[in-house]
Amino acid sequence: MINYIIRRLLWAVVLFIAVTVVTYIIFFIIPADPARAVAGKNPTPEMILRARHYLGIDKPVYIQYLRFLKRLVINQDLGRSFANRESVNSAVAKAAPVTASLVFGGAIAWMLVALPIGILSALRPRSLLDRASMTFVLVGVSAHPIWIGLIFSYFFGYKWHITPISGYCDAINPSVGAECGGPVQWAYHMILPWMTFAVLFAALYVRMIRANVLEALNEDYVRTARAKGAPEGRVVRVHVLRNALLPVVTMLGMDIGLALGGAVFTETIYNLPGLGRTAITALNALDLPTVQGIVVFSTLAIIIFNLVVDLLYAWIDPRIRLA
Amino acid sequence: MSLLEVRDLKTHFRTDDGIVKAVDGVNFSVEKGQTLGIVGESGCGKSVTCLTIMGLNPKINTISSGEVLFNGDDILHTSAGKLRELRGDKIAMIFQDPMTSLNPVYTIGAQLQEAVLLHRDVTKKQARARGLELLKAVGIPRPERRIDDYPHQFSGGMRQRVMIAMALVNDPDLLIADEPTTALDVTTQAQILDLMMRLQQDFGSAIMMITHDLGVVAEVADEVIVMYAAKVVEQGSAQTIFKHPQHPYTWGLLGSLPRLNADVERLVQIKGQPPSLLNPPRGCRFHPRCPYVMNICKEQEPQLLPVADHADHLQACHLDDETKAREAQKLLAGMMAEAG
Amino acid sequence: MSTNSTGSGAELLVVEDLKKHFPVTRGIIFQKQVGAVKAVDGVSFTVNEGETLGVVGESGCGKSTMARCIMRLLDPTGGRVVFDGRDITTLSRAQLRPIRREMMMIFQDPYASLNARKRVGFIVAEALEVHKLGTAAEIKRRVQELLEVVGLNPEHYNRFPHEFSGGQRQRIGVARALAVNPKLIVCDEPVSALDVSVQAQILNLLKDLQRDFGLTYVFIAHDLNVVRHISDRVLVMYLGHTVELASREQLYSTPKHPYTGALMSAVPIPDPELGRKRKRIVLEGDVPNPINPPPACWFHPRCPRFHEGHCDVETPPLKDFGSGHLAACHYPLEKWPMTDEEMRHGASSTTTPTPAAG
Repeated sequence: MINYIIRRLLWAVVLFIAVTVVTYIIFFIIPADPARAVAGKNPTPEMILRARHYLGIDKPVYIQYLRFLKRLVINQDLGRSFANRESVNSAVAKAAPVTASLVFGGAIAWMLVALPIGILSALRPRSLLDRASMTFVLVGVSAHPIWIGLIFSYFFGYKWHITPISGYCDAINPSVGAECGGPVQWAYHMILPWMTFAVLFAALYVRMIRANVLEALNEDYVRTARAKGAPEGRVVRVHVLRNALLPVVTMLGMDIGLALGGAVFTETIYNLPGLGRTAITALNALDLPTVQGIVVFSTLAIIIFNLVVDLLYAWIDPRIRLA
Repeated sequence: MSLLEVRDLKTHFRTDDGIVKAVDGVNFSVEKGQTLGIVGESGCGKSVTCLTIMGLNPKINTISSGEVLFNGDDILHTSAGKLRELRGDKIAMIFQDPMTSLNPVYTIGAQLQEAVLLHRDVTKKQARARGLELLKAVGIPRPERRIDDYPHQFSGGMRQRVMIAMALVNDPDLLIADEPTTALDVTTQAQILDLMMRLQQDFGSAIMMITHDLGVVAEVADEVIVMYAAKVVEQGSAQTIFKHPQHPYTWGLLGSLPRLNADVERLVQIKGQPPSLLNPPRGCRFHPRCPYVMNICKEQEPQLLPVADHADHLQACHLDDETKAREAQKLLAGMMAEAG
Repeated sequence: MSTNSTGSGAELLVVEDLKKHFPVTRGIIFQKQVGAVKAVDGVSFTVNEGETLGVVGESGCGKSTMARCIMRLLDPTGGRVVFDGRDITTLSRAQLRPIRREMMMIFQDPYASLNARKRVGFIVAEALEVHKLGTAAEIKRRVQELLEVVGLNPEHYNRFPHEFSGGQRQRIGVARALAVNPKLIVCDEPVSALDVSVQAQILNLLKDLQRDFGLTYVFIAHDLNVVRHISDRVLVMYLGHTVELASREQLYSTPKHPYTGALMSAVPIPDPELGRKRKRIVLEGDVPNPINPPPACWFHPRCPRFHEGHCDVETPPLKDFGSGHLAACHYPLEKWPMTDEEMRHGASSTTTPTPAAG
């Protein structure tokens, strides 16, 4: 086990470096020039040069990268934005909780939907419930989150006034000038985003859970449990679910990690100032440090989540724990 | 009263291609403490017969008819709840592949405990102690330590012993063993069969041993039934079946065995392969492969009838008694096994 | 070593001290070898042309690994394989290619060993095409010929494997092996997955083909009855080693090694009287794990004739008991069937066995 953990950690470091290097490289392949944007209207060549020096992009790429790495590791400082000279740390710190609310809340929502539907469909294959849930899966997987978001927003928000159309409220300590605050408002504003975000994942998970449960139901040890005289409820609860849902743990970890990277579409529709939206804005402004900062944060989140999930899985499954 | 009596048992499965008649009219009985061997090749219905007795067939698309009397009560048409009470308590079953028959995420102690707690009103500690007793009885070394191990930490032979322990933990009257040694090495098989016979003495259970291996049947069974294409073609005591077989399929089975002590140039082979159970052949189901086929065999299904003078020996074949006796003699002479 | 053969002639396959070790590695970044699984650890035998060598043993004995080493599907770690006079142990793939025509293999699982997406005609013809043995028309004719030889309908040339039964699929496997007229066919448990009546068909077929085409077989099985039926000589393996090598008559009438004796007495006899009367040797413990073999004699923890201080200290060499009957045992069986005095620990012994792996 220890070897396994150490190896995973080392790989995590390698991955981290690889991802950040690639981000840098991509950024420099883009033909646009951030210095021009910063230099103001109708910049003269000297102004552009000065802007370049000011931003620090007149040095060769690898020097920039090494500076960035040093600053990150030693000072935990993600640098300053090209666009507005704000610290990237604070930009990320402001955006992360928004994305986190969306993703974690959404994950709970999608599991609450996917688990019962997936399990019941598997227990009654080809029934009406099963066919209905498979249709739901098809719709959920095919429909684009933007479309779903717009539909929800229109009906629930605009026409029926059940939920707000868009906007985000801080859960605690509303920031100055914000129009709302507090946990109730926060949850109220998050209902639609959670629903939208959850639809796609719920569909995917229903399909996966259904397949896993169906497979587990056909395993020999389930037959043994029945042969021992266990009632069907116990067979499913104790024997089937434990095995069928093991892989779901891994998938969940991976998906949450990915989503933390920026649930872009949902954030855009509902005007949530999360990581995804911030990243898009920064990209349009060719604001490398902010983009890099978000990439670093997302990568760290994904790596950590995957590591935690792998370790959790190795712990839960005795075949791996006691190999 | 027999411990188990099966009358005209039929199990049909509804599939997309039609109705598969997996078991199509099977009769037999098992007495207390006796061992019944059910022998036949793949697809003959021997496994489905046992699953039907235990009520382990899938609920939908399975049609079962006939009677299964356990200690006089019909368990085929009883409620699911009552059948569940019997399963694992009075009637227990072990399966073929020990590698996959135990749940990999629970310790064997937990699984043994479950077997006890499902049927006995005792504390967890008592259940665990009982499990430990059985582990000792089946010969697991250092059982106090091994009881908290997981299935993947045991070898195939050990796992099968655990399965046997789990089946016997509630002292069943009947143990159904579906090819329990097929997946094991020969020396391990010998250990397990030896163990089962010893335990049968100690616990007094009756055993239904399903296998395709005629050697295994000869070694453990008191009574034998030979199944082919969802029907019984011959039944009788082990002695009778092996020394005076009366059905061409049984002759074929016996003749196709390469033997340890006899030298044959060519093995007797049964041409063709087993029929589809969707559309079994008309008349005698064995007729397309039978070297003795007559016209009547293609039209009329032979009944399972007693052999002259031997009420306990039944067979289903249209051949006259003389031919049967003669062919059986020929077969056995060709297979003379010297005392090994 | 090869005197007692009934084959027609020259040595076709000579295996000398064959070894195949699989490394066990450990380490965080740099994997270091800390041990090895000695799947095959010094096996030697000879097979003459036209002969059948049966190889018997239980799981973990290394027989399948050995077969693959002979066929050069795996590279041996040590020893030599000499086929038809040529040392093929270390030949490169290019050098091996023409030789591969001469040695073919039949596998155990008729469901997995045929590519389910290819038609039967393609499967049987593939070797012919790879070795460019004829035009398309000639190959097709040959394939149909082969299907007939193995007892299948040549019209079924265009069918897929799933349209055939297990026994028929195994026949396809045989046809595939025969296609290029090999000299040697290695059969890796070809009948273990088949029903008894179908098994008989395939065994008869293999014997007929051997007679008609002058084939040489290495026949691997775990069923002693089957091996007896088809072999001229028999090699018994345990934990990667040879424990006994003898002609069929020698092995089955006077086995020398206690493991052979145990194997033979473990096989159930389809005769209710004999089966229950005879003396059975029931071994203790499990078939051991080749990662952790016992010291000295590999069989000593389970041996009914174990002599402490000798068998667990000195590895028994392969001794010749006359006429090429070899066995590796310090206390070989003198009588067969074993008598009570011959057994130190009988079937009903209550002594705890010395710890074996697993």
